[in-house]
Amino acid sequence: MKEQVLDILVDLTGSEEVRDNLNLNLFDNGLLDSMATVQLLLELQTQLGIDVPISEFERSEWDTPNKIIAKVENN
Amino acid sequence: MINLQPYQNPLYFGLLILALIPEIICLLMGKRFRWYETIVSLIFLMLTFGGTKIHEGLMLICYIVFESILTFAYLKYRKKDNRGSVFVIAIILSILPLVIVKITPAISGSQSIIGFLGISYLTFKTVGMLMEIRDGIIKEISLFKLLQFLLFFPTISSGPIDRYRRFIGDYDNTPSKEKYLKMLEKAVHYLFLGFLYKFVLAYFFGTVLLPIMSKGSLANGGISWWLVGYTYTYSMDLFFDFAGYSLFAVSISYFMGIETPMNFNRPFISKNIKDFWNRWHMTLSFWFRDYIYMRLVFFMMKRKVVKSRVLLGNIGYFTLFIIMGFWHGLTWYYIVYGLFHACAIIINDAWLRFKKKHQDKIPSNKFTELLAMFTTFNVVCFSFLIFSGFLDKLIFG
Repeated sequence: MKEQVLDILVDLTGSEEVRDNLNLNLFDNGLLDSMATVQLLLELQTQLGIDVPISEFERSEWDTPNKIIAKVENN
Repeated sequence: MINLQPYQNPLYFGLLILALIPEIICLLMGKRFRWYETIVSLIFLMLTFGGTKIHEGLMLICYIVFESILTFAYLKYRKKDNRGSVFVIAIILSILPLVIVKITPAISGSQSIIGFLGISYLTFKTVGMLMEIRDGIIKEISLFKLLQFLLFFPTISSGPIDRYRRFIGDYDNTPSKEKYLKMLEKAVHYLFLGFLYKFVLAYFFGTVLLPIMSKGSLANGGISWWLVGYTYTYSMDLFFDFAGYSLFAVSISYFMGIETPMNFNRPFISKNIKDFWNRWHMTLSFWFRDYIYMRLVFFMMKRKVVKSRVLLGNIGYFTLFIIMGFWHGLTWYYIVYGLFHACAIIINDAWLRFKKKHQDKIPSNKFTELLAMFTTFNVVCFSFLIFSGFLDKLIFG
């Protein structure tokens, strides 16, 4: 699961950095924006079958690879 | 009966502090004095919407009854079924009063009789709730809490725009003593910062300097140094006036143990337009981002309406900023202001993509950062000149 999420993130951000630093703030570093967020939610839905409504998406809870992995694993 | 508009004069602040003292003492003892809080809210709502504004008060009541019925009806429906068409109808109905209020002046030249202070901000809150009901995130609503949320008096006139789940989370809990002490500290700080912004700086820029600049530019006509002066003076006035108001609203919320979100985060040091919208009137821009931009992009991406990511994002930006323009009012300068920002953010995005691709060739240092801030500041101030409507006066008299 973790690897799949990281693959999606590498694909979206175009950066391998997300694999090396799991506590990297994706929004502050300009790696993710609203557009990429929407893609992330869609990828989670199509690849992993995890449904996260946009209302559920609170930026501060999804801003590092670690937090995203935790969210996905708890789903 | 007297009428007092929020945060306008010393009497309002005096009464507010007096009324809040018992509540502050209770919160310090770790209790929420709910019925007292409710009575204080009702009194302050009556001060704002009573007396000479009683007509607005009645319209507010009608509006609240209408939106409450709509929200409960949609919630009831959503528990059984979830059709897109019903959702769209619910949204159209909920924004209908605001649309009428915005269109009426453009058609008849006079204000709509169904309008009242703060109708826009109540509409943002209600539409947000409907969307979260649609997403299945809001499952239960109690009428009492709905009214507390919509009619929360510190923010009723002009925001900041809070969200139902966040607000109720605060309202249902009482902050611990340590936390509340910290909130009080901030509340006092924000209150005095608000005084500085609104009654010193906004007064200086807006009431003292702006009329001089306005007179000078109109006398000279066309493009003049006076107009440049007007642009920056107006921008400062706009910021300090609205940020001052927002600080009051957040401060009073904190006194009441509610952490209303902040509206401004030093917008004039933004490095680009995107950064600017993450710092300027934040609760509004986040509302537009979450409820319009992201939903629209999600919908279009899922249905594969548009293939290109870039085009998709740009359609999202145009939709967002045109709606924001119309929301400000049906005049050419508000619409142009919206279009201007849509173009600015699209250019900004293109630049960011280019920069990412050529990272190694583009210098990035303290100087380029200052240059970026300087450029953004000037672009933003120019957009405020459009927004001010002053060009309308200058060009069309």
